Amino acid sequence: MSVHVLRPGLLTTLQDAGRPGHAALGIGRAGAADPPAWRLANALVGNTGGEAALEITLQGPALRFDRAARIALTGAPIDARVGDDLLPPWTAVDLPAGSVLRLRAMRQGCRSYLAVRGGFAVPPVLGSRSEDLHARLGPFGGRALAADDVLPLGEPGAIDPPEHLRIRRWGVDPQPWFDFAMGPLALLPGSHAGQLDARSRERLCGDRFRIAASSNRTGARLEGGALALAAPLELVSEAVLPGTVQLPPSGQPIALLAEAPVTGGYPRIGQVAAVDLPTLAQRRPGDTVQFTAITLDEALQRQRARERDLHRLVQRVLDRGESER
Amino acid sequence: MAPIRFEPLAEGALLLHFGEGIDATTSDRVLAAAGTLAHALPEVECVPAYASLLLRFDAGSWQGCDGLAPHLAVRDAAMAALASPQAASPDPREVTVPVCYGGDAGPDLAEVARLTGLGADEVVARHAAGHYRVAMLGFAPGFPYLLGLDPLLAVPRRADPRTRVPAGSVAIGGAQTGIYPDALPGGWQLIGRTPLRLFDPAAAEPAALRPGDRVRFAPIDAARFDALRAESRP
Repeated sequence: MSVHVLRPGLLTTLQDAGRPGHAALGIGRAGAADPPAWRLANALVGNTGGEAALEITLQGPALRFDRAARIALTGAPIDARVGDDLLPPWTAVDLPAGSVLRLRAMRQGCRSYLAVRGGFAVPPVLGSRSEDLHARLGPFGGRALAADDVLPLGEPGAIDPPEHLRIRRWGVDPQPWFDFAMGPLALLPGSHAGQLDARSRERLCGDRFRIAASSNRTGARLEGGALALAAPLELVSEAVLPGTVQLPPSGQPIALLAEAPVTGGYPRIGQVAAVDLPTLAQRRPGDTVQFTAITLDEALQRQRARERDLHRLVQRVLDRGESER
Repeated sequence: MAPIRFEPLAEGALLLHFGEGIDATTSDRVLAAAGTLAHALPEVECVPAYASLLLRFDAGSWQGCDGLAPHLAVRDAAMAALASPQAASPDPREVTVPVCYGGDAGPDLAEVARLTGLGADEVVARHAAGHYRVAMLGFAPGFPYLLGLDPLLAVPRRADPRTRVPAGSVAIGGAQTGIYPDALPGGWQLIGRTPLRLFDPAAAEPAALRPGDRVRFAPIDAARFDALRAESRP
């Protein structure tokens, strides 16, 4: 009982909540770059166990399901079809056995999530089914999907296998969970922000930076007027995190994403607030980013409120799915 | 002894600074604190670096203690634990790492000899005579940053980093030495290679070396390298 990869798409990887607890061994967390979208995709299909979903980048894969399956797509809105039927985003859909799901381009954003009821039954590595491309670690050895890969499916529980495509009546409004407006992102000042020269300090929270084509799951490379330190800094390597904005000698900042390494030696000029990190991960090459300064207390309050909303929504979606089964 | 400086890094991350440089005394303090805190605060993830220790925690579960922000609550808990340290760190292990120096295994040995003004044999002798300690793992899974390099062997990184350094390469970058656990891009000068497997995600303990371990390098020839490599293959 599995999904066959007919076409892998640009970069499609298995992702779950990641691999915490191993940073002292040099192993980063990895995991979904947009965790709320990943969680909501799982909730829409009724998964409650942190199941891995597919993280799809810019151009989607074509997949054949050899058994009936309940799926949902969240994150960046993506062109998704089974035959001539267009699939609605952020909505649960039941596919009959033998369906070929063709995912194409995203209209906006960078990453979509495809969850399947029961999840993908690949063996976890160090407690996670996330593929860490940077560390080359995961169920597929830390690589993206390739044509002819076969993804075994987990136990779907009780669903009636449909004979035709069936769009379920419950969905989620993506508006609060996907930043269609591309607003500014909250940035906590980093410990070396004060050592930027005066002009660079103004630019960090003021200028627009463009996401470079060389960006990946490890980091978003930000192109713009080069930032400079007032005086060179001698640093020894220390811990970095997803969201850490580093300034390499080129003067073009790098905002680390889900596959951040665990240590780094460049000046840390900022930390993208946790609440806006999924939004940053949804910016695609060519999109722009503008930062606005935030205090740690404000960042905590916004993150707590966001987490509370997400928790409630996940519960509502799960309850609704349960009652309609 | 400098007091510990606390820096909130993110909503759920606090950095403890013990000093500024790469030295054994500071590293000792970092690793001792990591051992104490791992024991006293098991719900906090401790990540040692040369002169600092990262504490990662779930900001949600540390809120509400007398209205303190989570990083202040974690700071206070860490300070209390460090004031009365428990002897919780495991005994450091002594690990001997066989190294085939020079030739194909160490393509930059001649360059290191030129940069240091020492003969290639002298570079090998000094590198193999060192008493090293793993200060931190980072850069890639299982990559050990070793303290204890002979200062005469400090050489700049390559101007042109390699896109792929072979697994097991023993290298010098600035005042540091380390071992590439896997085929990786890298800019350090390669002076030798070990047949040992330094990282295996399927093993009970995935990283062969952990922070605090003491390391010696034992020179071996190419034939011995091949024989050991054949044995260590999974």
